[in-house]
Amino acid sequence: MELVLSIAIGVMTACGVWLILRPRTYQVIVGLSLLSYAVNLFIFGVGGVKSNLPPILEDGVDPGTLTDPVPQALVLTAIVIGFATTALFLVVMLASRGLTGNDHVDGRNDPK
Amino acid sequence: MNAWTHHLIIAPILVPLLASALLLFFDERKRVQKAMISLVSTIILLAIAFTLFRIEGGPNSFDGVYLLGNWAAPFGIVLVVDGLSALMLLLTALLGLAALVFSLARWHAVGAHYHSMFQLLLVGLNGAFLTGDLFNLFVFFEVMLAASYGLLLHGSGPLRVKAGMHYIAVNLVAAFFFLIGVSLIYGTAGTLNMADLAARIPQIEPDRRMLMEAGAGVLGVAFLIKAGMWPLCFWLPTAYSAAAAPVAGIFAILSKLGIYVILRLTMLLFADGPSAGFGSEVLLFGGMATLVFGTIGVLASQALGRLAGYSVLVSSGTMLMVLGISDGAISSGALLYLVSSTFTIGALFMLIELVERGQDAGAHVLTVTMEAYGDGEGQQAEEEEGVMMPGTMAILGTCFAACAILLSGLPPLSGFISKFAMLSAMMGTGAIGTPLGPAVWTLIVLVILSGVAALIAMTRVGIRTFWSSLEGTVPRVLVIELVPVMFLLALTMILTIQAGPAMRYMDATIRTLSQPSVYIDAVRNAARVEDWKKAGDAGTGEP
Repeated sequence: MELVLSIAIGVMTACGVWLILRPRTYQVIVGLSLLSYAVNLFIFGVGGVKSNLPPILEDGVDPGTLTDPVPQALVLTAIVIGFATTALFLVVMLASRGLTGNDHVDGRNDPK
Repeated sequence: MNAWTHHLIIAPILVPLLASALLLFFDERKRVQKAMISLVSTIILLAIAFTLFRIEGGPNSFDGVYLLGNWAAPFGIVLVVDGLSALMLLLTALLGLAALVFSLARWHAVGAHYHSMFQLLLVGLNGAFLTGDLFNLFVFFEVMLAASYGLLLHGSGPLRVKAGMHYIAVNLVAAFFFLIGVSLIYGTAGTLNMADLAARIPQIEPDRRMLMEAGAGVLGVAFLIKAGMWPLCFWLPTAYSAAAAPVAGIFAILSKLGIYVILRLTMLLFADGPSAGFGSEVLLFGGMATLVFGTIGVLASQALGRLAGYSVLVSSGTMLMVLGISDGAISSGALLYLVSSTFTIGALFMLIELVERGQDAGAHVLTVTMEAYGDGEGQQAEEEEGVMMPGTMAILGTCFAACAILLSGLPPLSGFISKFAMLSAMMGTGAIGTPLGPAVWTLIVLVILSGVAALIAMTRVGIRTFWSSLEGTVPRVLVIELVPVMFLLALTMILTIQAGPAMRYMDATIRTLSQPSVYIDAVRNAARVEDWKKAGDAGTGEP
């Protein structure tokens, strides 16, 4: 489980980093999305990987049989914020496409 | 603090938040109402910030822990106001008021939802200065950034969209760094409350310590991007010079937010224990590199906007270097420098637009955007009615000269006082007779050289702008555009005259910051309201 999770995070981060270094805005935004998935999974991971355990503490329940609720709350906030900013970035990307007529991040007209 | 002033702690977040929500109910055409709401909110904010500042500057400071939702500290989230937060709040409110008044002349009308975004920017800034919790810092940081994306694009145009796209991409990546850092710290230390974290860090076992320090380093990268440390700063001059004038003016404090967080976290988390002084070399050498880069940029830039952008880097570099040395006396000089340089750069960005208006395309582009945006007719008529500033060129020239004096650190304005405070503290670090270290010498030389460079660059631009323009086109400048600039410059004058009390305040602030136990104990011992219903009935809502 841990291995699968860490490989997934690693692969997504690698792809994301490669993509945000590309010159086309669409590649950059896909890269940013991949990076945000990787980061969200990473936040999940730091709470300890457990499956099928509730995050709610009740009387007489051993805390060892619970998952940590804080990373879940964090990841929820991070997802919402990441989603909103990605949407905004898409709009700016479209505006840039409209103003410059191409999708290069610098707005230059590249023959390739 | 007594009962009602205690609730003032949350007001700097609530007031602009409510104002921005209220502003959304008004149609874009009701510009006067929108402007009035925004203005009233900012003035209230200034009054609150000033009250908090007075309380914190008083004899029995540090009672400023506010438990949100009445949960005790490590479990609930807290707002903490101390000398440093109160100072930054006041700085934000003053700069915000100036930028807002400036924008009322014409800039607020060149795009939609200017005032809502402006108020949200203030929410984010104030929240980030007040919060005592790392994750809430992230949330407020994002609120501030989201508003700043919108504001940077305000007025549109290819240049702004391009700069805005780079700015958003860089800051999204910075947000990922922030999240990775926060979650690593949570994974190793098990808490996100800053006070709790500061108490736990000395006890972390060695195998986890490395991971925790890695987390802190990654977290630091996020703030260094915001502060513009070389080599994370290449986006900054472009973005700042592309922004509309009042927006660039308020952006002057965004880079200071990065500095604030670094100052707060290094002094709180890495004061003593095995991790003491973590990251100080990075800050020192990074600061030096930033200062050198900024100085070269200032000398090389032809356009005034870029010159101001590089000046932001110069001031960031100076601050970072001083934080790297982490010496009490130098730090309090640096705090004074922070205040002075924020006012200066804010004033300079707004002044630039006024000066360039008479010259060339700048004003032209603005009219085009305004026509494109619609009801250009009504706007044009409104503009004609505005009160023109008499003796425009003389006043603009004087303000420009004042900015040059402030940037280069010449007497008599506060640029000189603050640099003098830093340099004299640096000279006095070693005991008498012991030679100063090479790092301190480099620092002194760099700070002085950056001042000389600013002087050369500003003089060159000043001559070109004010003396050699044979055409004699006097820019049309309204009173409400020049008053904010003069207000900010007058504040630096007040800072000079009141340098003694200001310096005492900075000293007291740094002294409190260098004793993390004060902060930790205050947050940990913050009492809850035992029976809030009864307390509410009695009229004392003090938590």
